[in-house]
Amino acid sequence: MNWDWGAVADFMPHFWDGLLVTLQALVLGSLISFALGLVWALLMRVPTRWVTWPVGIVTEFVRNTPLLVQLFFLYYVLPEWGLTFSALTTGVFAIGLHYSTYTMQVYRAGIEAVPVGQWEAATALNLPLRRTWTVVILPQAIRRVVPALGNYVIAMLKDTPMLMAITVLDMMGEARLFSQQTFRFTEPLTVIGVAFILISYLASVLLRTLERRLVR
Amino acid sequence: MSVDTEKNPTDVPAPSTELIRLENVTKRFGENTVLDHLDFSVNAGRHVTLIGPSGSGKTTILRLLMTLTKPDEGTITVDGEQLFPAPEKQIREVRKKIGMVFQQFNLFPNMTVLRNITEAPVTVLGMSKDEAEERARGLLDLVGLGDRCDARPTQLSGGQQQRVAIARALAMRPQVLLLDEVTSALDPELVAGVLDVLRDIARSTDITMLCVTHEMNFARDISDQVLMFDSGRVIEAGPPEKIFSDPEQDRTREFLSAVL
Repeated sequence: MNWDWGAVADFMPHFWDGLLVTLQALVLGSLISFALGLVWALLMRVPTRWVTWPVGIVTEFVRNTPLLVQLFFLYYVLPEWGLTFSALTTGVFAIGLHYSTYTMQVYRAGIEAVPVGQWEAATALNLPLRRTWTVVILPQAIRRVVPALGNYVIAMLKDTPMLMAITVLDMMGEARLFSQQTFRFTEPLTVIGVAFILISYLASVLLRTLERRLVR
Repeated sequence: MSVDTEKNPTDVPAPSTELIRLENVTKRFGENTVLDHLDFSVNAGRHVTLIGPSGSGKTTILRLLMTLTKPDEGTITVDGEQLFPAPEKQIREVRKKIGMVFQQFNLFPNMTVLRNITEAPVTVLGMSKDEAEERARGLLDLVGLGDRCDARPTQLSGGQQQRVAIARALAMRPQVLLLDEVTSALDPELVAGVLDVLRDIARSTDITMLCVTHEMNFARDISDQVLMFDSGRVIEAGPPEKIFSDPEQDRTREFLSAVL
């Protein structure tokens, strides 16, 4: 095995393009999964089966089928129904949707962990239900779940190479393309491997800072 | 048994308007009947203490009045308006007349002390933020915590938290204050501060108080009426001097000798 710094230099312009795409997928995918997961979690608390059953079935289905299958489905089947999105848009949505079925369980646990006395105090003060959720329950629940949500951000980062399967040129896609054209595998794969570690590390530092600020 | 048939023990004439009435109220938890066709009423301005062995239904009465739980049968009326059974909108209206202080304080840990007190007056009563804060500061002074407005509940001792909780309940200007074993979770040396505050409030306002407590001194001190509960019924009622020194029921005597 020989290491060629020239190949690294040749790869770098492609790397930066890929990095940008990976970060976009990660940030947007995270935001979608955080928002959608909260929506699922709240819908599961609506006291009627007409809501909880459909939501339960859909999220259970999404959680228990592979992300790769979902990516293919959204990218190749939806256009047959007249819904066409760019590969990156589809990928971001798929990751966000897939992980929202995990974050919903994190939120559920966080909401259930708020002591029942908080609900009772809100009732005793006659706070409307919506206000009870927005100023009493959710701020306490979300504070509790930040570390768990952070773990899913890291997991999502490690799943972004799957977007390659639907032609998105993320870091992995760029590395693969570069390898096929130049027959250099070691350098591009090593570069993106290091990049994944660095992003994971930075993300966890960021989350720990956030955690410390929230837990006062 | 009805409280308003009892003679007022102090020389202050008893206010005669009935504020709270429970009629024929039954509450079951599974197999266990906690309240069994209870009739119970409290007149405005009274300070009533409920005593009795645990599981006798004292706390359940407070929780029914705060609408934290619903009776299986019977009606509950507060200030002439029905609290149960009633439509949600009416429950919200009637509930404004009632405030509650909990054994575990239940302050909102994500808010400052001041915000804990102003949140409900602003959102529920529609008070302006400035007015609510001014009143909150006044109430914090009253409970001896005027300098802790910006503290978080977790930075306070249990006794301080409970005094904030009292201020928070009073900020809603309730006609009735429900006190559910408010000193039970406190370290012994912190109990006195909370009791002092409550004694002050009992003396200086015309608020009606309904307390569940195991502090017999507190019961003796602030209440003008003591009700002895057993198995979901009031078995004896009277002024504290009478109940504590010369109870009529054997069951009451037994209970008192166990706790005093």
